[in-house]
Amino acid sequence: MPQFAALLRKDSQPVRYLVVDDSVFARKNIIKMVELFGGEVAGEAGDGLTAIAEFNRTKPDIVLMDITMPQMEGIEAVERIVRQHPEARIVMVSSVGYQENILAALQKGAKHFVQKPVKPEVLYEILRYVLSDDPSAAGAPVALAGEHRS
Amino acid sequence: MRMDLIQPFINAADAVFAESLQGPTRIGDLAMEEGAYRRKGIAALIAIKGDIEGRIILDLAPEVARKVAAILTGSDDADEQVARETVCELANMVIGNSVTLLNDQGYTFKVFPPEIHTSDQGLAGSQDTEAMVLAIETTCGNIFLNIAMHHLARRRRERDLAPVAR
Repeated sequence: MPQFAALLRKDSQPVRYLVVDDSVFARKNIIKMVELFGGEVAGEAGDGLTAIAEFNRTKPDIVLMDITMPQMEGIEAVERIVRQHPEARIVMVSSVGYQENILAALQKGAKHFVQKPVKPEVLYEILRYVLSDDPSAAGAPVALAGEHRS
Repeated sequence: MRMDLIQPFINAADAVFAESLQGPTRIGDLAMEEGAYRRKGIAALIAIKGDIEGRIILDLAPEVARKVAAILTGSDDADEQVARETVCELANMVIGNSVTLLNDQGYTFKVFPPEIHTSDQGLAGSQDTEAMVLAIETTCGNIFLNIAMHHLARRRRERDLAPVAR
């Protein structure tokens, strides 16, 4: 029964996440995990275009972005967000994990990649790593946030 | 039938269900589809275009879909809408993981978002299309995967023979 220490910002506030996936079910799953890590959901989006609008509206600390989505795919959304906000921290969350896709996402400005089905412990370590690179956020866990039942 | 195309789907489905349901799985019956496809319950269809073209349908009896959805959402029961969402996402994960394996073997193609398949009949197999149905036995019941696809060998050969710019 793994436990996760809260990932908090440097100002001790919860990390704010924008969760982007065309599947409501997948978004719920990811949201459950980030809440388990002591995070807070700043917004949700079901496609790349909405993700850009939600990013501009909510200014999240981290974006968790699917790749295959209707209207605008995740990699294009990453490119547009990072062009406007070079400081954006985006982690790709996709079931399609081949090298070409990962490289494209990283080249457009994504910070990391996690393949579905997402294991909470894997996502946690990736978020911790990405946050450790963020001058406005504390990468080191500071308090127990909850428990994960596997 | 090209088993090298089908095997990644079997491996990915087995791995995704075992991981998602946190329980044992077993590959059950495997059969070639001869007639038109008949839906068993809640089914999600994913189309693939590229070196390999076709579609994959993930199909669960309604009671199995609700059981799976309940496990994945951590609830006692799930309604039909949640069950549909669950089937779509499971299909997405299975196909995404399979595509990753096939891409590592040198095939390139695009995967389209899953759609709930509502008609009782789907696409039939043909001489050019390999259609296979397999059952994966899980603790929630059988999950069916219907794979119909063909390998565009000519396109791949042309791409391989194309001069490379230096």
